[in-house]
Amino acid sequence: MSNIPEELKYTKSHEWVRVDNDMVTIGITDHAQGELTDIVYVELPEVGRKLAKGEQCAVVESVKTASDIYAPLEGEVLEINTALESAPELVNEDSYERGWFFRIKPAESLDPSTLLDSSSYAAEIKEA
Amino acid sequence: MPVQYKGIVAEHLSVRSGAGIFDISHMGEIMLSGAHAADFLDMALTNQASSLSVGEAHYSLMCNSQGGIIDDLYVYRIAQEVFLTIVNASRIEDDLSHLRNLIVEWGKDRVVNVIDESAKLSAIALQGPEAVRFIDGLFDMKGLIRVNMPSQLAKNQIDVFLFNECNVYAACTGYTGEHGFELVGPNEAMVDLWNRLAELGVDYGLAPAGLGARDTLRMEMGYPLYGNELNETVTPLESGLKYFVKLDKPFHGRDRLISMNENGVKRRNLAFQMSSKSPPPRGGYSVFVKDEQVGVVTSGTQSPSLGTGIGMAFIEVPHANIGTNIEVEIRGRRFPAELTKKPIYKK
Repeated sequence: MSNIPEELKYTKSHEWVRVDNDMVTIGITDHAQGELTDIVYVELPEVGRKLAKGEQCAVVESVKTASDIYAPLEGEVLEINTALESAPELVNEDSYERGWFFRIKPAESLDPSTLLDSSSYAAEIKEA
Repeated sequence: MPVQYKGIVAEHLSVRSGAGIFDISHMGEIMLSGAHAADFLDMALTNQASSLSVGEAHYSLMCNSQGGIIDDLYVYRIAQEVFLTIVNASRIEDDLSHLRNLIVEWGKDRVVNVIDESAKLSAIALQGPEAVRFIDGLFDMKGLIRVNMPSQLAKNQIDVFLFNECNVYAACTGYTGEHGFELVGPNEAMVDLWNRLAELGVDYGLAPAGLGARDTLRMEMGYPLYGNELNETVTPLESGLKYFVKLDKPFHGRDRLISMNENGVKRRNLAFQMSSKSPPPRGGYSVFVKDEQVGVVTSGTQSPSLGTGIGMAFIEVPHANIGTNIEVEIRGRRFPAELTKKPIYKK
């Protein structure tokens, strides 16, 4: 069974979103890292880049395949997880903490109704 | 066969250091038999099946009249007049129709039976340095052709053993570059055989391995995969498979290959290794020398054994030389790599 922390929000494309005041941290879910298998490369957006909601902005590569990561909301990239450059396996080992991808400053206040809560995401991956 | 059980990298490393077991029942098995079966295979395939002794096997290619590869396959001589061929799952129908057309043209008064046994036979690959230490536990009786135990089989030898009152072929062949075996037998015997192997291998690091590891293992060796490196518009000479083409005997497609051999190929499929940290190369990526596109990647991955990106690519002559520095374009950025000898990974 995948780990799906209750305090996070989710997308159907398997990103997780953590909201802290006016900063939002984004990564991929435990379910996603398990499906992708051994992650060997993560390509992150440049700091300062302005992202549109749903824009393709990062790539995660496993031995098997390359997958696109999408911005779950509009905003500007504040910080990226540079540890993933040398240790992409952190995404497999700890997808919700040390395996985070990037942080953005949302362009507008977050509308939580556009994201899934943990139980909706759990239902989503059960159906898939 | 699943893509993975525990994870591609773990399964891959199990095969390199211990042993892995693969369900390869999707592969096709076509039997050719009859007084003229050897002569027919000599004419239908690039390698010379008539040169095999009973109990020997080799890699071969089936070409169209233009020398393009219809399929790559393994040919096992299991009796003087009986050959087992193992072909790609996706090519079974094309192979059969091609072989049957050739028989009509060639064999009016000659005797060859071509029988598709794919639905009745299953296959298991047991691969890795430890495999030889426990495979003998499968069988009580000695082989029917030449050896007492499968562990005595030399590379490219095959024998027949009794298992659950069924004939099971055990061959010292594989697609991983490791010492190992491929086992072919009737469907009803092979589930028990898998479970028995799993028991025998418990103390030898045996792990089930999936299609994902099968692919990364073969890439490290530079082995081609039909559909990636090989197709009907690609010839064996361009694919680095000339060793398996006997141009000195007649076979279907030979004329084109002789002229290509004399005039020289325009492209060659070569292995490459990324020179520095990069995203993994993938099939379809463009290859550059300076600012000129000189080729395209046919397969690529991150090598679990080497920890770097590796792959194979078609490279245009005159750039297609081992040691040439190339660049692989990945999402608009170019990363340095070097054309290398096969296998890419050596122990």
